[in-house]
Amino acid sequence: MSQDPAQTGPAGNDGDDDVYDEPIPMMQSLIDNPFLLLFLGVAMPTVLYIVWGVMEIVGIPIAK
Amino acid sequence: MAVNRNFRTCPSTGLVYHEPAEKLIRWNAVAGVVSLLVGGVLALLVTLTRWPAVKLLPPDWFYLALTAHGLDMLVFWIIFFEIAVLYFAASTLLKCRLATPKVAWAAFWLMIVGAIMNNIAVFKGDSSVMFTSYVPMGAHPLFYLGLILFAVGALVAVFVFFGTLVVGKAEKTYNGSVPLVTFGAITAAIIATFTIAAGAIILIPTFLWSVGLVSHIDSLMYRTVWWGFGHSSQQINVAAHVSVWYAIAAIVFGAKPMSEKVSRTAFVLYILFLQLASAHHLLADPGLTSNWKIFNTSYAMYLAVLASMVHGLTVPGAIEVAQREKGFNKGFFEWLRKAPWGNPCFSGMFISLVGFGFLGGISGVMMGTEQLNLIIHNTIYVPGHFHATVVVGTTLAFMALTYFLIPTLFRRELMFPGMAKWQPYVYGLGMSAFSVFMMGAGTLGVPRRHWDMAFSGAAMPHEFPGTAYLMMGLMAVSGLAAIVGGAMYLAVTVGSVFLGKKIQTPGFAHVPVRKGMAPPPVWGPAAVAPSGGHGTIGLGGFVAPGTFVLAMVFLVSFILYYFVNWKYLSTVWPLS
Repeated sequence: MSQDPAQTGPAGNDGDDDVYDEPIPMMQSLIDNPFLLLFLGVAMPTVLYIVWGVMEIVGIPIAK
Repeated sequence: MAVNRNFRTCPSTGLVYHEPAEKLIRWNAVAGVVSLLVGGVLALLVTLTRWPAVKLLPPDWFYLALTAHGLDMLVFWIIFFEIAVLYFAASTLLKCRLATPKVAWAAFWLMIVGAIMNNIAVFKGDSSVMFTSYVPMGAHPLFYLGLILFAVGALVAVFVFFGTLVVGKAEKTYNGSVPLVTFGAITAAIIATFTIAAGAIILIPTFLWSVGLVSHIDSLMYRTVWWGFGHSSQQINVAAHVSVWYAIAAIVFGAKPMSEKVSRTAFVLYILFLQLASAHHLLADPGLTSNWKIFNTSYAMYLAVLASMVHGLTVPGAIEVAQREKGFNKGFFEWLRKAPWGNPCFSGMFISLVGFGFLGGISGVMMGTEQLNLIIHNTIYVPGHFHATVVVGTTLAFMALTYFLIPTLFRRELMFPGMAKWQPYVYGLGMSAFSVFMMGAGTLGVPRRHWDMAFSGAAMPHEFPGTAYLMMGLMAVSGLAAIVGGAMYLAVTVGSVFLGKKIQTPGFAHVPVRKGMAPPPVWGPAAVAPSGGHGTIGLGGFVAPGTFVLAMVFLVSFILYYFVNWKYLSTVWPLS
């Protein structure tokens, strides 16, 4: 048992203040926002899988 | 309102546990293991019934057992344990208090009530509709109500997880980005949110239909929306067990990811595209266009598959780099030969990784191809595939994590360490063989779910070749080996948690949250890259050449298997 998994990587919990003087790259700030990811992660399959699929089913002609 | 800010630091791992979170992690893990026990007993009955030479249960009992086995394993065991993983990844890894523990307990009890209600409905005997519960087959209203309550509880627990992220950020218990393992848990939580929402959209009207308030549920509409729940729930597992792989690599080897950016990007690809694969199950359904089927089953043109391959490369790659930096630097595979194969935490994780990639991953991409899917659609190949992903991949990874959690979380010494050492091999190899033989039988056309593969007594019985019966027999024998492995896991975990020797925590004291923050991490020797890169480790300019070789073996296997199936398709459906 040699290391705490919380310490996997330099981005997490690094105590060196100098690192935070650098501007945070835009992509990192987007990825660091869990609620933006939550929105994307729900919207993408809702539109591409459910809404698209349901629209196709609704568009099937009803047998006479 | 008083807020519990009591923390405990584990003396052996340095992990910081918030008291209410610790209790919730334990109770959710225990509820998961109880579900695994019930599901495991049912697995024995199902296996012995599908063994043509034994056929243990009569048909009605077989369908009952199969229904309960599917739900207890695929829903209750996995999701209870995943909630434990979410709380661990948020509260413990971020070293912060759990948001709203009372709400988390309400969620837990809602899940318990839902799981019990659903099991009662099934064991009463009038809800043998199997895991998929396709309409117009109807189950008892309690069946649907139980699932809805469980799903609502799980959704509330997921929001407690998100709330905990907010608490950690607000109370500054961590700086910068969350750790990668927590990021993987965020991925799992996001997929869970979509999954549970899809379940609610279809199960609530189905419940109303079961009590007579809705007159009709369209079967194709049901299947389409239900699989948004049914398949995506397995994608929560993928994100969760990949996080567990990263965690175990860090725990056992002090390994850090080869590239944080690449690993995080791979998780983002999961968030965006992994859930689309639900369309796998509808490839033979009329009414949905090929455009919808191909786009969705491609995981949006294979980007989520790429993400899995990235994780499959970076986890062993990180282990290889850590091992080489410790001095195991000879040849391609000294790092792997001298890995701690007697540590069930590592061996379970590694078998999970290899089994998930080679068996579950390759077969999943093959069966997700619209044309190839025709060879194996609704055959026993399909459960062969998902036993490789969910059981070898997820369940074994969770079992491996348990061996780490028992001393640190339950504060008990591991009982039967000899048995624990062998358990991942018996379970992982037994279940891998079980999956392979299922897939072999499925390729020969043996149907899934059916009590009697020969359709004896039917107007049009089917003659299978002797090889199919051999495959089913070997499947059952391997399944029995896996069940023995599952029983070994239960003996070790239940024995350790209830009867294991207590580990005393010296200097245990309650501390306020600000003081409860751990000091900045000190990188262990294995985790520190020498200045100027990885120094002299590796071969031919590669820091992880062994992993590169393994990745090439994987790619060649993938390509061969994929094209062999195209060849096979041409023989089963000749056009001349």
